[in-house]
Amino acid sequence: MSEATNFFSKAGVSAEVAERFADLHPPLEKTAAVTEALRCLYCFDAPCMGACPTHIDVPKFIKKIASGNLEGSARTILEANILGASCSRACPVQVLCEGACVMHRYNKQPIEIGRLQRFAMDALHASGDPLPFTPGADTGKRVALIGGGPASLACAAELRRRGVRAEIFDARPLPGGLNTYGIAEYKLPLAESLREIDMLAELGVEFHFETMVNAAKLAELEASYDAVFLGMGLGAIHKLGVAGEELEGVTNALDFIAGYKSGTLKDVPSRVAVIGAGNTAIDAANAAVRLGANEVHMVYRRGSEQMSAFGFEYEHARKEGVRFLWHVTPVKVVGEKKVEALELAQLESAEDGSLVPRAGPHILLEVDLVVLAIGQATHAEFVSTAAGKDAGKVRLERGRIVIDRETGQTSNPKFFAGGDCTNGGREVVDAVADGKRAGIGIAVWLEGQHANA
Amino acid sequence: MPTLETTFAGIKCLNPFWLASAPPTNCGEQIMRAFDAGWGGAVWKTIGEQVTNVSSRYSSIDWNGQRMMGFNNIELISDRPPDVNLREMAEVKRRYPKHVVIASLMVESKREVWHEMVQRAEDAGVDGLELNFGCPHGMSERGMGSAVGQVPEYCEEITGWVKEKARTPVIVKLTPNIADIRMPARAARRAGADALSAINTINSITGIDLETLEPRPNVDGKSSHGGYCGPAVKPIALNMVQQVMSDPLAALPMSGIGGIGSWQDAAEFVLLGAGTVQVCTAAMHYGYRIVEDMGDGLLSWMRRKGYETIDDFRGRSLPNMRDWKHLNLNFRVVAEIHADKCIGCQLCYTACWDGAHQCIHLDRVDGGMEQPVMGTDPRYAQHEANPHGKPTPAMVFAQSVKTIVTTPIPKLDLDGEGASSAVTPLQRIPRVDVDECVGCNLCSLVCPVPECITMERVETGLCPETWAERVANAESAKA
Repeated sequence: MSEATNFFSKAGVSAEVAERFADLHPPLEKTAAVTEALRCLYCFDAPCMGACPTHIDVPKFIKKIASGNLEGSARTILEANILGASCSRACPVQVLCEGACVMHRYNKQPIEIGRLQRFAMDALHASGDPLPFTPGADTGKRVALIGGGPASLACAAELRRRGVRAEIFDARPLPGGLNTYGIAEYKLPLAESLREIDMLAELGVEFHFETMVNAAKLAELEASYDAVFLGMGLGAIHKLGVAGEELEGVTNALDFIAGYKSGTLKDVPSRVAVIGAGNTAIDAANAAVRLGANEVHMVYRRGSEQMSAFGFEYEHARKEGVRFLWHVTPVKVVGEKKVEALELAQLESAEDGSLVPRAGPHILLEVDLVVLAIGQATHAEFVSTAAGKDAGKVRLERGRIVIDRETGQTSNPKFFAGGDCTNGGREVVDAVADGKRAGIGIAVWLEGQHANA
Repeated sequence: MPTLETTFAGIKCLNPFWLASAPPTNCGEQIMRAFDAGWGGAVWKTIGEQVTNVSSRYSSIDWNGQRMMGFNNIELISDRPPDVNLREMAEVKRRYPKHVVIASLMVESKREVWHEMVQRAEDAGVDGLELNFGCPHGMSERGMGSAVGQVPEYCEEITGWVKEKARTPVIVKLTPNIADIRMPARAARRAGADALSAINTINSITGIDLETLEPRPNVDGKSSHGGYCGPAVKPIALNMVQQVMSDPLAALPMSGIGGIGSWQDAAEFVLLGAGTVQVCTAAMHYGYRIVEDMGDGLLSWMRRKGYETIDDFRGRSLPNMRDWKHLNLNFRVVAEIHADKCIGCQLCYTACWDGAHQCIHLDRVDGGMEQPVMGTDPRYAQHEANPHGKPTPAMVFAQSVKTIVTTPIPKLDLDGEGASSAVTPLQRIPRVDVDECVGCNLCSLVCPVPECITMERVETGLCPETWAERVANAESAKA
């Protein structure tokens, strides 16, 4: 019952959004790519490779760009990271590969690893060639993967290469999870995420869309599949818990970003407030600017030094024209039928670091749209309450699924997990690394089951 | 104040920088512009019986993003009528009397033909003659160029014919496409040549188009071996110049040629005995203007070294070149990695393991620095591969790929992988096992950071001894 592929053609991004969300890091032209590749020192056991959660052999793929072996370059990337194209665009390279580049210690600019990786992957896509891998000989085993995001995709690719059937179940109409719906369009366009998944479909990864997996469904899958991979990510964005939150004009960052990326949200009103100061909040605020808002504020209860966004994301938002309100917290969403303003109380840090109200009047920030970006709840409880015979044994800790880091196996040997539902929310590349390890872990485990049988 | 003015085989030169006989000296108009740019002399593109050239003619080797590391050509001698060249020579000499104009000659191997050409060139007023016995392509198939230079007897005979007629200094240009360049050099000297120039270009195929399978340069789908030159050939040229200049039977005033493009290159040729240098590829690449820094830079260096004239340092490095058997076997250096400069690329580590003697290790954090230096001199020790059982590069790499890392969370993971990039982590700074180091230089050559790896002298406590001495001592001990 797997559905037809060519997801790429289903991307419904308008020309206007495409124009407004032009590449933050534009592609390298060929000569520039080769020149940049030649700058790479070709370190041994390179720090960039070490810093990458998927351990892409960076000097190796860069050397291949320099030599003109683009096919081999892409294969080198994909060997380590099946979502190498997405990661080349979405990764915070400043704190990963490029952050680790020895050039920092050489008084030189770090190698533009992210853009070089994109160059190699773009070349593969332009060639029209499939992934340079073939499915392994059929083992007769089947694995159900819950959630169609990067963790499940990476896991599924490993399974297919080892001859295991991989069927992904996802609640949305298109695959990719946050990779498709949740990353700022100027970093990773929705269509690019889908293009990459099309290639996985060619490898034989199967998809079941608009399928919500709850405890009952999970029990059913457990009964009929040889193993289950849990890669459903996190749940809904937290609520503020203040009056007026249900008013029209209050949304959350994930819906907001998914909306403009998938074409259901085409413009924004004049005044937008984003609550929160993480990377997702910044993505939402920048998007609001690019979608035409005249005034975008980010509202955060602490100061800039404590915001949970990367420093370079903060700088980017400032350049986009986002304004910041520090040390304030919403106490009420004001409005008749729809949002008209945010009432903000001023805060200050007590000596023990906790936030306490500061004397003084509340601030009334007139806004037409409020976007909440104050973190996602976990969404794994159903796993531990599933009704299957072995269910309930998947151990959680603070709502996160506990796994063996090397294999992705949970406390229930038939269940494996990876990505945000295990780590509380990190980067795409972390999910890919988890999925990869779990895919290998599942295949090894299935082989062991077979041997023991 | 030092001066670049010099005298070469009796020819007064404003400076030692000449353009070699090649496309940059094809016609009078070019040469006059070159003199305006600062060149002290020019060896005119070889004249002889008018030829027809092919199209295309040049090809090159790029290296790591740099164009024209090596260059080759299949162009023949001048394809202009000799009369025109000779008329222009006279014109140039009239307008630039202080600049050196040398006529490069190549004609049929007949005495009267050579006599006639020598006469005509000297009538044009040139300062000297260069006999092109080196061109390795095309002309050699017609019994000229390197076909002469490769046979010392021919070289001697034709040089003799020229000397019968010539009133100006005769320079014989040597081909490197020969087993021992000293043989044609000696032949030229025997025949009375006044000077030598070396090297001409080297037989070469620069490459093949991997789409069409056609070699370069492409002439209607075919190619022919061409003369190789440019920066890549400088070490070969230096060796050949030294070979000739260290040979008492061959040495004559030498005009050095081969990959020269900078004042350092020029200085090196002079240090091995050259009195002037000739440049072609660098001028073809960047134009005549390069001569300005060649002069400027050389003068600065001369000032710094206290040399007043070119002759003050000409040949100064010749005594430092000797046969291997006369090198001191008891001299020892070992590599020292200066941790404060190390950027952690570990190129020295992989180079030492795969390309040298397995004596650089990644064990500083495992107490490697505390290992006592035994003072073992590896030249006298029995070599074992990796005697201390250190991890091989493959083991190091496999460990890294297995390590689980995650993206650092802002503000929380201050020690994330990418966070401490300003300081080289100790575990990435390699250590030299001094006992095992043979002092080969490889690590210091691959290290991208200047002065990060230095070769430090170690006292062996032994008297200097060469191989020749050791053999002699062993012989006398036996006796």
